[in-house]
Amino acid sequence: MVGKGAMSNSIEEIAGADMILVIGSNTTEAHPVISLRMKKAVRNGANLVVIDPRKIELTRWANRHVQLKIGTDIPVLNAMAHVIIKEKLYDAEYVAHRTEGFAALSQHLEMYTPEFAEELSCVPAEQIVSTAREYAAASPKASICYTLGITEHSCGTHNVQAVGNLALLCGNFGQENAGVNPLRGQNNVQGVSDMGALPTDLPGYQKVEKPEVREKFEKAWGVPLPKRRGITKITAMDQMIKGDVKAVFIMGENTVVSDPCSGHSKHALEAAEFVVVQDIFMNDTARLADVVLPAAAFAEVDGTFTNSERRVQRVRKAVEPPGEARADWRILLDLFEYMRMPQGLETPSDVWDEVAALAPILSGISYERLDKEGGIQWPCPTPDHPGTVFLHQDQMDSGLPGQFAPVDHIPPVEEPDDDYPLFLTTGRRRSTYHTGTQTGRAIGFEELVPHEMAELNPVDAVALGIEDGEMVRVSSRRGSLDIHARVTDRSPKGAIFMAFAHPDTAPTNVLTIDAYDFITETPEFKACAVRVEKLGVG
Amino acid sequence: MSSLATEAPIDVNGVIVPSRPGRRVLAVLRDAGASVPTLCFDDRLEPQGTCRMCLVEVEVDGRVETVASCTALSEPGMSVRTHTDEIVEYRKILLEMLLSEIEDPFRTSQAAALGNHEFQAAVREYGAQADTFNPIECRAKADDLNPFISRDYDLCISCFRCTNICNDWEQASAITVAGRGQDSTIFSKFNNLLMESPCTFCGQCVNTCPTGALSNRKMAGTITPAPMGWNADSPPEATISIPAPSGDTVQLGPETSVHRTSTICPYCGVGCGINLITQDGELVGSEPDFSAPSLGSLCVKGQFGSWDFINSDERLKTPLIKNAHGEFEPVSWDTALALISDKLKHYRDVNGPDSLVFWSSARTTSESNYLAQKFTRVALGTNNVDNCSRT
Repeated sequence: MVGKGAMSNSIEEIAGADMILVIGSNTTEAHPVISLRMKKAVRNGANLVVIDPRKIELTRWANRHVQLKIGTDIPVLNAMAHVIIKEKLYDAEYVAHRTEGFAALSQHLEMYTPEFAEELSCVPAEQIVSTAREYAAASPKASICYTLGITEHSCGTHNVQAVGNLALLCGNFGQENAGVNPLRGQNNVQGVSDMGALPTDLPGYQKVEKPEVREKFEKAWGVPLPKRRGITKITAMDQMIKGDVKAVFIMGENTVVSDPCSGHSKHALEAAEFVVVQDIFMNDTARLADVVLPAAAFAEVDGTFTNSERRVQRVRKAVEPPGEARADWRILLDLFEYMRMPQGLETPSDVWDEVAALAPILSGISYERLDKEGGIQWPCPTPDHPGTVFLHQDQMDSGLPGQFAPVDHIPPVEEPDDDYPLFLTTGRRRSTYHTGTQTGRAIGFEELVPHEMAELNPVDAVALGIEDGEMVRVSSRRGSLDIHARVTDRSPKGAIFMAFAHPDTAPTNVLTIDAYDFITETPEFKACAVRVEKLGVG
Repeated sequence: MSSLATEAPIDVNGVIVPSRPGRRVLAVLRDAGASVPTLCFDDRLEPQGTCRMCLVEVEVDGRVETVASCTALSEPGMSVRTHTDEIVEYRKILLEMLLSEIEDPFRTSQAAALGNHEFQAAVREYGAQADTFNPIECRAKADDLNPFISRDYDLCISCFRCTNICNDWEQASAITVAGRGQDSTIFSKFNNLLMESPCTFCGQCVNTCPTGALSNRKMAGTITPAPMGWNADSPPEATISIPAPSGDTVQLGPETSVHRTSTICPYCGVGCGINLITQDGELVGSEPDFSAPSLGSLCVKGQFGSWDFINSDERLKTPLIKNAHGEFEPVSWDTALALISDKLKHYRDVNGPDSLVFWSSARTTSESNYLAQKFTRVALGTNNVDNCSRT
């Protein structure tokens, strides 16, 4: 509603905020180095409020932990906006000059009283009122940080919009130490989208369905380009099962372990006629492939990663890849040759120069500059542009007024019932990474988290007769597994938490649901219904 | 103070730099390109002024004083001398007193090779002698067999950077100072085992330690010792200088066989800077890059987990094709690429471009991702390219 998917502000700016609202981010575990800036801000007197169903470690630094029921972010955020409008705490001048849709939003939010939100979210109304007042008072030095706790819901897009409404109301876009900051999970998750590895976008977020955009790329690449947007991963898997998609090339992703409802992705890849996997290790996804290509790892390649704050940074080759393994970029250039379309590109630097020529947000960035100046934050349109520390300064990045989005509460697709009485919410732990293919091979890490654990609230544990450390069976409508129970008040009553970095012993994603946000198709990893049973073995 | 006075510049060893209110003398002298050794100073922490290595002579309005530059505030019109004969001798004596309290600081290979050993660099620079003072008893070693952090307190000079970085910067409260004066030790609650303390193994104590009392246990023994140990009579020539936790650079020992490559941590989206350490073409470890926007901070993954998976025996080393029995067989690149291109062309031409999909990766470089989407659109003829950021 204001621009592209990226942090509006920079990591360092978090340390200077007067208020930090962290929602759906287990920052000390998933982004430890960003949490240092939060802790620094708190030490300098900032007000940290954590909105999260779990009593995460970061709550130790928070003035308030708003412990909402899983999947009720929108009622809480809407009620905060309701208070800010009712009490006229919003930035009227900013709303008048830089936004659109205020009247419709205020009308829409009439019903979202703090008391109504309390009914849905179990958050005391006065906590919502205080948090709203504090956010408005701290603006425009109020930073919102969120991550997958917001997006990994079937209403993920609406969650993000509800967050954005708050920031727009209080004038927090285009200000230092403010903004809306999605903390990105993977080393180059920003870069992969910046490069146009998306069914809708060419490099630099230029829309493939716009004729003038296609024309520009057709001229540069010398071939006609497909006019229609492509299909997402999720749609592609359905089409593999239907037989419409015949072949898939997977570069560096352990889909079978990382996707929800593992059975589904495995079934899809088995249905495809031809599967190529390019990776650094044999993994559960590669085992389903017809051809496996050995790739070089980060330490063996030159290139760039773009971090969460839009900073393009140089990755440099330190050692040769093992055996015959090759860099991903080299393999792709080789494949172009085999397809009789040689690209005339020799080095990652050549590739970058082509990117810079085609993507205006990156046009001012070159390897020469990166080597000399260090990382540069996009947008950086010209070689003399210093890069952009925070977005939306004079106008929204989209070039349009910020759009308020009236959104409604949508409960998770699957909620606990008599058969499956607990929520399962999944996430990360500090010393394991994603599916564990890297940290699982790092010496010493097995001592930190020897095995996966189902974190269970003491009240639920007593009710089920389960003791800390014992093996339990966790089942959902899609699958079941046996796992160590960890009895802890980090988990709220009625919900268990698991990570997914030990797929051999605890393949968490056999349990998760294949429900998706209807716009982005992000899976609902944060909520499904499970049952926990005592195994009764000694 | 008149406004005219605030504009009076500062003279550092004859180099004139502008005066700005509220700046510490240490920052001003760095503005002027001057450098003094620091042992208790970490640029991320409040200055302590306890090690006295950064003492400088300052003169304002005819008053001459010797101050710790890390804590003293600069004043307009100030004149700063960083290396008077008296101060140079004083620093050397301070270093020799510290040397008498600890074991040979050059005994470990990491001490010579890694970037944070500011004490060893100062000893080399000032030619401090180990035997000037009678040795006194060293601190006891901590018996702590955690897999990551080696704690050899017989190299501890009580700068307390480790406890400060743990408590003030990380706010992990894993380690603290126990006891007083010469009897003080670094202790972790509750039984002095880091694995049972709130330690997250971010490794910042290791990175800020100026002597190597704390070191990366995973790298112990992997670096070949320096070609020559420390020798007071012929201090070896420093070879390169790299950014250190003090915010200044530090001169490294003559460890010519160690090479460092500045790159980015391969884990989350924060993008912290790391240096990969290689020796004879082998990856042996990593250290934080203090010149990066991450200010040298890392978490346990970047600090202790960024290199050994690269060296894993389980890495894929050759293309593989699944045979009729469902088993993978090694093949040449030519065979694999010819098969892939034939198949992709077949589906493209027979079933149509939209029967093909490419899933790109948030783990690989932007350049590879650019080529992946270009390959999909140009060679396969479809927009069916997506990435793992949805899942």
